[in-house]
Amino acid sequence: MPLSTRLYKTEAIILRQRRLGEADRILTVYTPARGKMDVKAKGVRKTTSRMSGHLQPLTRCMLQMAQGHISDVVTGCETLESFRALLGDLDRLSRAFYAAELVDRMTAVDVPGYVTYRLFLDTMRRLDQGDDSDLALRYFEMRLLDQAGFRPQLDSCVACETPLRPEENFFAPEAGGAVCPGCVPGQAGARVLSVNALKVLRLLQRGSYGDVARVRMPPDLTQDVERHLRSYIIGVLERDVNAAAFIEQLRRGRLPHPVEV
Amino acid sequence: MNDPAPVTAAPLARLIEEFYKLPGIGPKSAQRLAYYLLRMPAGEARSLAEAIIEVKERVTFCSICQNVTEADPCRVCSDEQRDRSVICVVEEPLDILAMERTRAYRGLYHVLHGAISPMDGVGPEDLKVAELLNRLRSGEVQEIILATNPNLEGEATAMYLGRLISPLGPKVTRLARGLPVGGDLEYADDVTLARALEGRQEMRG
Repeated sequence: MPLSTRLYKTEAIILRQRRLGEADRILTVYTPARGKMDVKAKGVRKTTSRMSGHLQPLTRCMLQMAQGHISDVVTGCETLESFRALLGDLDRLSRAFYAAELVDRMTAVDVPGYVTYRLFLDTMRRLDQGDDSDLALRYFEMRLLDQAGFRPQLDSCVACETPLRPEENFFAPEAGGAVCPGCVPGQAGARVLSVNALKVLRLLQRGSYGDVARVRMPPDLTQDVERHLRSYIIGVLERDVNAAAFIEQLRRGRLPHPVEV
Repeated sequence: MNDPAPVTAAPLARLIEEFYKLPGIGPKSAQRLAYYLLRMPAGEARSLAEAIIEVKERVTFCSICQNVTEADPCRVCSDEQRDRSVICVVEEPLDILAMERTRAYRGLYHVLHGAISPMDGVGPEDLKVAELLNRLRSGEVQEIILATNPNLEGEATAMYLGRLISPLGPKVTRLARGLPVGGDLEYADDVTLARALEGRQEMRG
């Protein structure tokens, strides 16, 4: 193979990292052209490593790569965006962890992901700028579901296909969307979907982020929308998102178990 | 792993299986190690076996700082010469060795045994956080030094602990982050450089 094709450059956002051997790391990164990739970064756990600071999770950087037999190796890197405001705020940071975990779990290795990359980057910027972090996450969840091929059906009942009427309907994650009151018996895990929650979910699915950001929601509606989307995501992934537990803990503002005296 | 029973003696197969469970050991390495032990003098093999049993039977966690120790409380916690008003919080027992090598610190320690890593499902309840908060109840502790690693997980852990501990009274400090000795300015990332700039100190000539 000629040298020029073995070396390439790519922009990437670092999703997660794990230790390898004495001083190396395997990084899971998300790139526009190749989607999710596992790459090897050598020697980055040493304090004198010139690359380690540029390769921290949730950093957007330009990677210089060399093709390897099993995984490609990072030979050089430079930070493009480090989202410093986000890194210094635990609440926003926990949301960024959640977004990164969702990208990791929802996407496959080596599938081009220009649109998803853009969505993830925009979400990181919104969290960094101090936008309403929960609203930004809901928009991100809904769009990511769409891009991954799991768009929930919100216009007509998933069982009988009749258009939903403006009344109290139900949301059945396992069936793939909204269910009308007539079809709800027999739908496992179906929960009440209020008229307002349905409107918000539709806006998240179709509106621009600008439209979504203008919405002012009472806390119980915000929680309701979050619960519906969370249950849908758990249904798609067939497991919970780990970072969600940490967000919950920060919301409660205390330790999960009582401190013994 | 394939069952090597038909050609390998049963005790040897068992040893290979046991080695294979260790981190970083694949099937071939497991076989090599097992055959190496087979050729080893009996005395050395016995010494290795005894060392493994001894480490499991005699080494425990210090009930105060959670470090690994032979005696409870550990040598640092029972040392009267140590400054009991300062606790340095670290992720792993090995970090204590690194801090002790500096000979610049004379306070106590607390080992968390990990760092918060939300994506891997490691939350505060998986760390020795409640034990740390219990140590603050006596009111003796004036300062908590957060010495978790300067990476994303370490920073998240430090921020979380800072939020928990600050309302309880003690001063909470974080190890300085900046340029490493022997590093190059031109290769520094902007987070590190910005923090080095924030933490700059006056030169005294």
